[in-house]
Amino acid sequence: MADGISVTKLNAWFGPSHVLCDIDLAVAPRAVTAIIGPSGCGKSTFIRCLNRMHEVVPGARVVGTVLQEGQDIYSPGVDPVEVRRRIGMVFQKPNPFPTMTVFDNVAAGVRLGGVRDRAILNERVERALHAAALWDEVKDRLAKPGAGLSGGQQQRLCIARALAVEPEVLLMDEPCSALDPIATARIEELILELKRDLTIVIVTHNMQQAARVADATGFFLLGELVEFGPTSQLFTKPVDKRTENYITGRFG
Amino acid sequence: MAVVFGRSAGAGAATPTVPPLAGARRARRRFGDRGFREITRAAGLAPLVLVAGMAAVMAHAAWPSLRRFGWAFITTSNWDPVAEQFGALPFIFGTLVSSLLALLLAVPLGLGAAIYLAELAPRAVRPPVTFLIEMLAAIPSVVYGLWGIFVLAPWLRTWVQPALGHTLGFLPLFQGPPYGVGMLAAGLILAIMIVPFITAVSREVLLAVPRMQREAALALGATGWETTRIAVLRYGRSGLIGAILLGLGRALGETMAVTMLIGNRPEISFSLFAPGYTMASVIANEFTEATSDLYLGALIEIGLLLLALTLAVNGLARLLVWSVGRGPTVVRE
Amino acid sequence: MAVLTAAAAGAVILPLVLIFGFLLWQGASAINVDFFTHLPKPVGEVGGGMANAIIGTLILLGLASLLGLPIGILGGVYLAESRDRRLPWIVRFLADVLNGVPSIVIGIFAYTLVVLPMRRFSAASLREAGLALGVPEWKVVLRVVLPTARAGIVTGAMVAVARVAGETAPLLFTAFGNRFWHQGLDQPIAALPLQIFAYAIAPYDDWHRQAWAGALVLIVLVLVVSLMARLVTRGRVGAVR
Repeated sequence: MADGISVTKLNAWFGPSHVLCDIDLAVAPRAVTAIIGPSGCGKSTFIRCLNRMHEVVPGARVVGTVLQEGQDIYSPGVDPVEVRRRIGMVFQKPNPFPTMTVFDNVAAGVRLGGVRDRAILNERVERALHAAALWDEVKDRLAKPGAGLSGGQQQRLCIARALAVEPEVLLMDEPCSALDPIATARIEELILELKRDLTIVIVTHNMQQAARVADATGFFLLGELVEFGPTSQLFTKPVDKRTENYITGRFG
Repeated sequence: MAVVFGRSAGAGAATPTVPPLAGARRARRRFGDRGFREITRAAGLAPLVLVAGMAAVMAHAAWPSLRRFGWAFITTSNWDPVAEQFGALPFIFGTLVSSLLALLLAVPLGLGAAIYLAELAPRAVRPPVTFLIEMLAAIPSVVYGLWGIFVLAPWLRTWVQPALGHTLGFLPLFQGPPYGVGMLAAGLILAIMIVPFITAVSREVLLAVPRMQREAALALGATGWETTRIAVLRYGRSGLIGAILLGLGRALGETMAVTMLIGNRPEISFSLFAPGYTMASVIANEFTEATSDLYLGALIEIGLLLLALTLAVNGLARLLVWSVGRGPTVVRE
Repeated sequence: MAVLTAAAAGAVILPLVLIFGFLLWQGASAINVDFFTHLPKPVGEVGGGMANAIIGTLILLGLASLLGLPIGILGGVYLAESRDRRLPWIVRFLADVLNGVPSIVIGIFAYTLVVLPMRRFSAASLREAGLALGVPEWKVVLRVVLPTARAGIVTGAMVAVARVAGETAPLLFTAFGNRFWHQGLDQPIAALPLQIFAYAIAPYDDWHRQAWAGALVLIVLVLVVSLMARLVTRGRVGAVR
């Protein structure tokens, strides 16, 4: 059962630099939420705060509340490693482990969870590859290296890898920006299927993409959440002037 | 000069309004540029010339021995300058055994220290510890040898070898009288000498692993050590092997410290307590006393073997280390 | 796991502490003004110094740098600036690999290239005599060429010089060592590492003490040059990595 995410008064710093200010946002469960905005507005930082990846960088700091499944992932005593098992992430540039086979790539997260049984691993890998719409293309080359696939296939491999640990939320940081239009279309199709079971948050610099896949969209500017609402409403009748300027292409 | 003028004349022909004086100035600048390029290219070729030259010159000087002994040189173990019989097997054996012993000790420590410095150590600790390890690499070989003779060997003779003999003496490895100097001392001092290299190169290899690989592992819910294991170590695998080979290369050619600690006896023994002899040591000890062309040729032939061995090991090592970064990474030694 | 690897790092540093400790303990007591100003005393007599060895090392370093640095620096410029396609890769590779050739092999090369031919031209056969006639000592320069061709110019030069200062093996049969001042550039010359080696393996306690002192001086020399090299890198961006 996928739950939504509730963000309250989220602030983030890189050293002395205050990059996110008082973000309040509610991510709906089993839906796609898009985060858009110009370069440097803090959208990547925001999404990385949702699975406690931001604090990995030396000098980075987060203050605020992020509720997932009723629990604040930032409360003391919560293990960030646990959080990252429940909230998965896919990155801008596909990054499969090059020295591992396709199978081992997908199984990597599952193995980290302590699963050794070959039968269980087989089942989880196959299920994840089906969910990522990659199974038919790789089922005969599971033992080949993960790096030998095309860009789009590699990204779907990374999605499968993230899905194999059965997270409740999937965060995607500009997942299509390194891909050609055909591969992009396939992944957008995939997102629309995945949202039936998962909560998805996607950062994108492509407004048309947000319009195509997202149910709700948030517009960030200079570390602030300027506007947030149903995608159709944000794009046709934006409330804030800054939002309107961005989506009509006056800047960004 | 004519060629250069031909070029500038070509440029002049394309723009007929250029006055002849400017054309000459341009020609001079172009010649200066080209001259500079040729000079630097010639200087850059120095390593190439040296490698080829070294092999050629040494092969020529070793010819008397090469012709007389052929392959038997590396298969026989009789080294008798008086009778003019030269078999280099004991030295090859000594070099390989002392180097492998050193690797056995230095690799776990060196890799462990590198992982600590690249991945696990608190940020404040990293610069000073890295600095200290680099200082170790700067200590000259003869100083290691000096310390070895007066500190390490007596310690081995008084404490370590008797203890090993009592507990593990049933193994042929630990039999024989405790001299202090011998294969064990040589292996130990070599280990101490190559560990900083293995650490430094391994650390650079690990640091060259792209951040995205680590993040991929972290995002799956890996702990710090798990991230190191599945993302960094696996990715840098070939580079780490290269680092180990570099350590081996250094150990193979190490001369002074080993000469001072190995006992200098051309014998093949299976005990670590026994004295031995390495290729570099025999050259160091006997070169100035070589009285005949054959004797000298034999020693130079050993040098040739050493050259071939270290070139091969180091060449392979460099290729492996470079394969992790993106092309030639500068490895600070 | 962090504890294990930290222990490994500690084990790696331990010998450094031990060696420096001993150097300071044994060497400091033998260092006095005499050490820097006097020649070695005859065998068996106590006292004397390593003045000729210290000067000898400095002379050798100077010669080596004079001959090796220009080639090395120009080679480094070539690697940085050239627009050739394959050659720079080969050059860089060979320079790196050559760096790993044992210094004693370089010594043999220098011997066969320079010492032998000079000897053949001399009137008497001198190998048995022990004291050679035409023996130049500057082929240790080869050691300087190779590392410089790679890294940043000033750092590379300093690092190379630091390494060359400590080299002993190639000097065994090119410089030969001398208990007195050298008589000319084609005569045997003393050098610090050679002197340390000779004293260390001899049976006299006083010589052992002087060996420690010599080692201390040598290490200080090497470290000072190495540290200067690091300080220079901190200021400049030019050094690669």
